[in-house]
Amino acid sequence: MFRLDGKTALVTGASGGIGAAIARTLHAQGARVVLSGTREAVLAAVAADIAPDGARVHVCPADLSDPKAADALVAAAEVAAGAPLDILVNNAGLTRDGLAIRMKDEDWNRVLEVDLAAPFRLCRAVLKGMLRRRAGRIVSIASIVGVTGNAGQANYAAAKAGMIGMTKSLAQEVGSRGVTVNVVAPGFIQTAMTDVLPEAQREKLLAGIPLGRMGKPEDIAASVAYLASDEAGWITGATLNVNGGMAMP
Amino acid sequence: MSEIADKVKKIVVEHLGVEESKVTPEASFIDDLGADSLDTVELVMAFEEAFSVEIPEDAAEKIATVKDAIDYIEKQKAA
Repeated sequence: MFRLDGKTALVTGASGGIGAAIARTLHAQGARVVLSGTREAVLAAVAADIAPDGARVHVCPADLSDPKAADALVAAAEVAAGAPLDILVNNAGLTRDGLAIRMKDEDWNRVLEVDLAAPFRLCRAVLKGMLRRRAGRIVSIASIVGVTGNAGQANYAAAKAGMIGMTKSLAQEVGSRGVTVNVVAPGFIQTAMTDVLPEAQREKLLAGIPLGRMGKPEDIAASVAYLASDEAGWITGATLNVNGGMAMP
Repeated sequence: MSEIADKVKKIVVEHLGVEESKVTPEASFIDDLGADSLDTVELVMAFEEAFSVEIPEDAAEKIATVKDAIDYIEKQKAA
């Protein structure tokens, strides 16, 4: 079950904790994976860790804050992999937290650009080929805050909520062509991004998680692998909440 | 029939999986050939690729029949 042999996947933000775990899991399931991100050296290290012999793993750095980068990345990934993309995982994202009354336009715009506009452009770029081939899987990594909101993250929550709405729309547009579009919305995952939260806020968050622990990147990766698999062929437009029970929308 | 018309017809047959005899100049992609809205967008993209022309959104919207497509591409190619 859930094998991805013969499939090619592009994972953005693959230098981060969740992205690297997703790439590793997809690779372990048999997929050929293309790792993208801004930090080339880190990507190379992740790639070497996933497959020391370099088998079925490729690195394509890209800065998705450049509007032209999405089309170029899809083209580069297909050249590097020597195959069309069957799976797109929109995982790249960043935060610029702050209370709204103090939030600068620049922080709002940058988060919306990288966390929402770039995934849209990547979807648009991969969809052309997927529609033609009558098959494809898009999985975007949103966040529980896109569903519940979170003080101090108006920009990030807006981008992630936008990703969910975008996914539902795309799912309706391309469903007739065998392409599925879904979201995984992680809860509190232990990564560099969440390590910066103050201790008091962390403890409070833990108390609100019925399963009693923070998530691991692998918890998210497994959900992505499932949605990317043939077995998930009748799921589209869905948001899979992977959050230890922290929120049950 | 012109070379362009021939090629357009071929693309339509291939893309929509319809019989060649049904692809008459007057045939409407949606009403006669069973295309949905996404098919029409894909057809326009296929025409753009095959003829190396750019078909802007407002022009694409007006391409409803096989003849519309042929006329538009012929005009672009003549210009």
